[in-house]
Amino acid sequence: MSKRKVKDAALPVGECITQVQKILRERLCHQQLPEKPEGLEAQHKHLLELLKRTAVHGESNSVLIVGPRGAGKTMCNEILGDLLEETEAQKNLLQVHLNGLLQTDDRIALKEITRQLHLENVVGDKVFGSFAENLAFLLEALKKGDRSSSRPVLFVLDEFDLFAHHKNQTLLYNLFDVSQSAQAPIAVVGITCRLDVLELLEKRVKSRFSHRQIHLLSSLTSTQYLERVQTQLSLPDHFPDGQFAQDWNDNFRSLHMLLVRVTQNMVPHRTQANISGGSCRCQRGRFESVFLLQMLCLSRVSVAKPTIKPIDVQEASRVCFADATANMLRGLSILELCLIIAMKHLNDVYEGEPFNLQMVHNEFKKFLQRKSNSMYNFERPVIMKAFEHLQELELIRPVDGSSAKTQREYRLMRLMLDHSQIVEALQKYPQCPTEVKQWGMSAFG
Amino acid sequence: MAALSQQPGYEEEKLRKVTELLPCRELQAGFLLSVMGQPQQYSYPSIFIYGHRASGKSHVMQVLFKELELPHATVSCVECVSVASLFEHVLLSFFGYEAASLLPRSPSLSDFVRIYRQQCSRSPAKQTRYIVMEKSELLRDADANLLPALLRLQELVEDNITVILLSEISWDKFRPNTGCFEPLLLHFPDYSKVELQQILSLDRNPSYSAEFYSSYINILLGVFYSVCRDLRELRHLAALNFSKFCEPLAEGKVKETDTHKLWRNIEPHLKKAMQTVYLREVSSHQWEQMQQMEKEAEPLRGLSAHTHVELPYYSKFLLIAAYLASYNPARTDKRFFLKHHGKIRKTHFQKKNEKASNHLLGPKPFPLDRLLAIFYSVVDSRVAPTASIFSQISSLVTLQLLTQVSHDDQLDAPKYKCAVPLDFICAISRTVNFDIVKYLYDFLQ
Repeated sequence: MSKRKVKDAALPVGECITQVQKILRERLCHQQLPEKPEGLEAQHKHLLELLKRTAVHGESNSVLIVGPRGAGKTMCNEILGDLLEETEAQKNLLQVHLNGLLQTDDRIALKEITRQLHLENVVGDKVFGSFAENLAFLLEALKKGDRSSSRPVLFVLDEFDLFAHHKNQTLLYNLFDVSQSAQAPIAVVGITCRLDVLELLEKRVKSRFSHRQIHLLSSLTSTQYLERVQTQLSLPDHFPDGQFAQDWNDNFRSLHMLLVRVTQNMVPHRTQANISGGSCRCQRGRFESVFLLQMLCLSRVSVAKPTIKPIDVQEASRVCFADATANMLRGLSILELCLIIAMKHLNDVYEGEPFNLQMVHNEFKKFLQRKSNSMYNFERPVIMKAFEHLQELELIRPVDGSSAKTQREYRLMRLMLDHSQIVEALQKYPQCPTEVKQWGMSAFG
Repeated sequence: MAALSQQPGYEEEKLRKVTELLPCRELQAGFLLSVMGQPQQYSYPSIFIYGHRASGKSHVMQVLFKELELPHATVSCVECVSVASLFEHVLLSFFGYEAASLLPRSPSLSDFVRIYRQQCSRSPAKQTRYIVMEKSELLRDADANLLPALLRLQELVEDNITVILLSEISWDKFRPNTGCFEPLLLHFPDYSKVELQQILSLDRNPSYSAEFYSSYINILLGVFYSVCRDLRELRHLAALNFSKFCEPLAEGKVKETDTHKLWRNIEPHLKKAMQTVYLREVSSHQWEQMQQMEKEAEPLRGLSAHTHVELPYYSKFLLIAAYLASYNPARTDKRFFLKHHGKIRKTHFQKKNEKASNHLLGPKPFPLDRLLAIFYSVVDSRVAPTASIFSQISSLVTLQLLTQVSHDDQLDAPKYKCAVPLDFICAISRTVNFDIVKYLYDFLQ
C-alpha cells in the first residue's frame, strides 16, 4: 500500500528541517547551484558558441576564462552539460579535464591525458612508456586526423596559471600548437583567477594562443547581488511541504535590510589580506564570503528554531569577522603580555628597529623598578621560555640573517603586531592588572 | 543554536557521553556539530580551528569522532615527512589496506585523487568523511599545491568529505599568494582561571577530599597562572608536587583545613619548581628523587652544560679574555690593559654611540691576536705561547663556549665570539680571584 502524499500536506517539523538542511547544504557546500547566475549570459553564450564550433564543425579553438574566485568559472561545466544535449556533439566530443593543483608536472599531466583518452598505451590504469614516448604518441594520435575523420577533443585546464610554471611550458606549447595547425580539432579552455596570466606565458606559447579571453568580472548592481543571495537560500518549488517553504521564503525576504548591511561590510574586510606583495592581481570573490555567512546561518536552524532570525545573521557575521590575532592575544599569559608591551615601547622609541631578548628584558626590568612590584620578578630562563612561546605563535619573527651563529638571547626579532592591535588587546584582556594596563597605554616606556 | 545534547541525527545517549567528556568545551563542540549537520548531509568543505596549545582542539575532535562513530582519519603533520605517508594513511582509514597498496612508489596528489575517486565510486560515502590534520602549520612548508588542494578536496574528489585543520597560528599567515578556498574559521578560546580550576580538579586523588585538592590547585594556579596557561604543563606540575603538598598532612603536623600552614610549606617549593622542572632544567625523575631526600645536600645540578663544566686554569683565563674582547670596544683596550695608558679623550664619536650598551647588543667578533694580547695582560704569571694554549682555544670552541665566526679556510686570522652569559663568567672569574667587572666597559663608574 502506498500513501500518496498530497503536495500541500504538512510534514512534521523535524522532517521539514532535515529536508531543508539537506537541500540547502548541497547547494552551498557542494556548489550545486539552482540556476545560472545572472549577468553572465553574454559570456556563457560566447563560450557555448565556441565549443559548439569545435564539437560540431571541427574548428580548433583556444580560450581563457578569467575571473575572481567564486565568480562561477567552474560552472563552465554547466555549459558542457548544455552542449552535450545536442546529440551530434555528444557522440563525437572527447573530454579531458586537468587541474593545475593536481597535475603539477608535465609528466603527470601527460599520463592523465593518456588515461582519460583511453589511448593504447594504457593497460588497466597504468600508463607505460617514458615522457618522451607518451608525448610523441599523443601528438601522433592527434595529428593523424584532420577535420573530417577524427573526433574533436576538449581540454579543460583548471588553475591555468599553475600550468605556466611547468618546465619549458611543454604541455601548453604542444596543446596550443595543435590547436593552431590543421590537425585534429581540439578546444583548449583555460580557467584562472589571475588577471595577468598572459604575462606568465612564454613568447612562443603566447603567439600560438588565440588571445581570446572571457572575463567573468561581476558587474552586478547592489539589488541584483542581493536577489542572487536570496535565491540561494530560498526553497525550490518542489519542496514537499508547500506551506513551510512559503513561510521560509517570506521570512527570508524580511531579513533584506539586515543582509544589505552585513554584506556591504564584507568586501573591504576580505580584500585587505590580498594587498601584500606578489604579482597576483586577483580579486576576492564576494560570493565566497557570502556562502560562508549563509552556511553559518543555516547551521543554526533546528527543530526548536525552524527559521532564520536576525540574531542568527548577526551571530554568523560576528564569527565571520572575528579578528584572529585579537583572539590569540587574549589567551596569552600576563608575562607574555608584558613582554609584548615592552616590545611595543622599544618599537616606539627606536622606530621599528629589530630587538633581541636582552633588550626586551631590560625594558621589562625598567618597568619593574619603577612600579616596585616584585610579583613579576621572574628569572631570566622563565622569560626566555615565554619569549620562545611568542616566537612559536609567530607573533615575533626572526629577522633574516645568520641565526645559527648568534646566541638565542641576542637573535634579532621583529614584532608582527600593530600598535592598535596591542592597545585593543589590552583593553579586552580579561582581568588585566591595572599597572600593566597603564604601562601599555602610556606613550613613553 | 541547538545545545550539544540536542543535535538531530545523533543518538541522545552518545551526545550525553560526549558532554561529560568535554568539560568547558560544550559551546565549541555544539558549534562544530551544528556545522557538521547530520551524518549523511554535506558539510562545509574545509574547517580551520585555531587556538592556543592545550586548548582542547584535538581532544574535542577525537572525542566527537570516537563517540559518535563517524568515519575519520587523523593525521599529524609532524609525522608526515613526505606526502606519501599522508595519502596512505587516509586511504587506509577510509578504504582499507588494498586501496592503500594501490598507491605507486612516490605518489603525487594526482595519483591520490585518482585512486580515491575509484574507491569512492565503489563505496560511496553514506556519512560525511572527515580528515583531521593536526599541526597544520607544517603544511605551509610542504609542496605549494598541497594546502589549496586539501581545502577544496570535496570538489576535487566529488565525495562527501570534509577536511579539518588544527593549528596554533591564525589563518592570515596561511593564505597562499594567489588565494585559495577560504575555510570556515573557528576559534577555541583559552581556558579562564575558573575553568582551569574546574578541569584540574578532575584529576584528584580519591583518597583526599575535593576541597583539599581544590585548595592545592588554587595555590598552584596562584604561582603559575601569570606565567603559563598551558593545561598540559599545569597538570604535569600538579601531579609532581602533590606528594610534597600532602607531606605535612601525612606527618600529622597539620589538618586538612589548615590552608595557611600548607601554603607556607609548599610555596617555596613551587617557586623552585618554576626555575627547574618548568624549564626542564631538571628531569621529573630527578625532581621526585630530590623530594624524597630529607635535606638537599647539594644545589640542583641542571641539565645544561654550563652549570657543571670544569675548566683548566689557563682555559678560564682564556675565556675571561675572550669575554673582555667581545664586550669591550677595541679602542678601550689601551685603557684597561696597559700600565701607562696616558690620557683618554672622549671623542664625539664615542658620545653618540653611548646609548646601547654592548651587553644588550650581543658579543662582537674579535681576532685571535687581540685575544692573546688581552690574555697575556690578564694572566698573572708569565706564559709562553705554546701549542697547549692554542689547543685550549680549540677545545673552548668545541665546548661551544666560544664560537668561530670566520670561515674554516682562514687559518692565519681566525675570528671568534664569546658565547657565555655574564653570570657564568662572573662565577668563573671568582674561582680565579679576578675581578672582571672592573675591566668591563659597560660597568665603568
